[in-house]
Amino acid sequence: MLKNVTLGQYFPGATPVHRLDPRTKLIFLTGYIVALFLAKNWASYALIFFTLAAVSYTAHIKPKTLLSGLKPLLFIVVFTALINLLYGTGEPLYTFWIFRITRQGIHNAIFMVLRIMMLVCGTFMLTYTTSPLSLTDGLELLLNPLKKIRLPVHELSMMMSIALRFIPTLIEETDKIMSAQKARGAAFDTGKLTDRARALLPLLVPLFVGAFRRADELATAMECRCYHGGEGRTRMKQLRFSGIDFAAFSLCALLIAAVCVLRAFGL
Amino acid sequence: MPIIKVESLTHVYSRGTPFEKVAVDGIDLEIEKGEFVGIIGHTGSGKSTFIQHLNGLLAPHTGRVIIDGADPASSKETARDIRFKVGLVFQYPEYQLFEETVYRDIAFGPRNMGLSEQEIDEHVRRAAYFVGVPESLFESSPLELSGGQKRRVAIAGVMAMRPQVLILDEPTAGLDPAGRENILENICNYHRTTGATVLLVSHSMDDIARIASRLIVFSHGRVALDGAPADVFSHAAELKDMGLAVPQATEIALALKKRGVDIEESIYTINYLRKLLVSLRGEVGPC
Repeated sequence: MLKNVTLGQYFPGATPVHRLDPRTKLIFLTGYIVALFLAKNWASYALIFFTLAAVSYTAHIKPKTLLSGLKPLLFIVVFTALINLLYGTGEPLYTFWIFRITRQGIHNAIFMVLRIMMLVCGTFMLTYTTSPLSLTDGLELLLNPLKKIRLPVHELSMMMSIALRFIPTLIEETDKIMSAQKARGAAFDTGKLTDRARALLPLLVPLFVGAFRRADELATAMECRCYHGGEGRTRMKQLRFSGIDFAAFSLCALLIAAVCVLRAFGL
Repeated sequence: MPIIKVESLTHVYSRGTPFEKVAVDGIDLEIEKGEFVGIIGHTGSGKSTFIQHLNGLLAPHTGRVIIDGADPASSKETARDIRFKVGLVFQYPEYQLFEETVYRDIAFGPRNMGLSEQEIDEHVRRAAYFVGVPESLFESSPLELSGGQKRRVAIAGVMAMRPQVLILDEPTAGLDPAGRENILENICNYHRTTGATVLLVSHSMDDIARIASRLIVFSHGRVALDGAPADVFSHAAELKDMGLAVPQATEIALALKKRGVDIEESIYTINYLRKLLVSLRGEVGPC
């Protein structure tokens, strides 16, 4: 069942989206999110949706894959929709008990849901097409200026890449331990809530023991290879911007500009 | 009636994604009560996936599995019942230990079966006896034991459910020779004493040749060879093509045959080879 978790998963490929510099993709994503929050009307939402669709088409990521990543967020999406729907302001269309459904409320609910969905899908687009390693590389380089104010940028990105690297490992481990305990008759999905919480103990204890063991082994392995932080470290893969990166930047700027214009004219 | 019956079983991982992989591809098998079956195959040949179907942890995508007349895929309750009948010891089972004491960890399975305290106690003591965990260790933390002892406690945790079928996935991986010998002996002992069916997955041809009465060879998700050890090991060339070895004794016999010594090909235990060689020397005369 945990095999279905797509969070942070990378689908290797050789499409233009995959080939983009990770810094470009991070900046593009930031621009995309800014555009998403500036968007106020159907036209700009359509434009952003079109951008997302174009990127996913270019990257050969199926819509189904993108949507399956939304599953864990279903509750938040539905909850947001309901709150917006039931507490709208303006002329009520329909009233019952303490709730008022208004045209504005329906409008807000739809936009809010679209915004969350496109936000999440856009973020997934990044992790689907960028390997965790190049992602943290890009992040480290983007944050490099912050070293001036003594932010341990290298250490942070190292921690992040290790954390990302171990997500699949831990998921696999969880799966294994779960199977092993199920084989001894443990029931994770039946019984009262308290029973279920207690049933997690045989899963969590070995998982934590394993995580600490791994951390220990990893630290030893890093020390054996003389790791001592970012000072004076060079890279095997130098990141360089190329033509498609500038194309992506232009597209991003265009998107934000278009959304701003649409917002100003209130179309 | 066979205790395990598998009909055209297929299992595909990550179906519908770019990572799709057919792990088990149309397997038909029957295993009788009381058999000691060795399962061999190189990494990724589908044997681990296969054994997880036998107690309902994985559901077949096509085909079916019948354990002692019941289908684990039919309902959650049946699957749970079958898990007590078919004990599965995973690779590196020591990583599943979680309780505060050895005793309570071994008792986890029997407790889930809903047995009385007295029955649980009986089951735990007997399982500990089978794997040679002394009662003096019962109150220590399983996390403080040595690697070999942890492994034995974990195996006892499955044996404590007194399964009719005991499946072990590479129970000796990563142990020293004495530890390996010990665990294999424990398993043979369990098989002899309880009459249970045992399925042993192993990479060590020598171990498996010595103790199993039937061998099943997996390759690319299918059963490539199935039969008595002598039959299976007479296909030495095919086994090598699959990336597998033959037992050392077979290797020696084949090499001798190549040099013109008249010797059986289907030798797979050191003891039998020694007997043959001694008798051969008798014929040739002392050298």
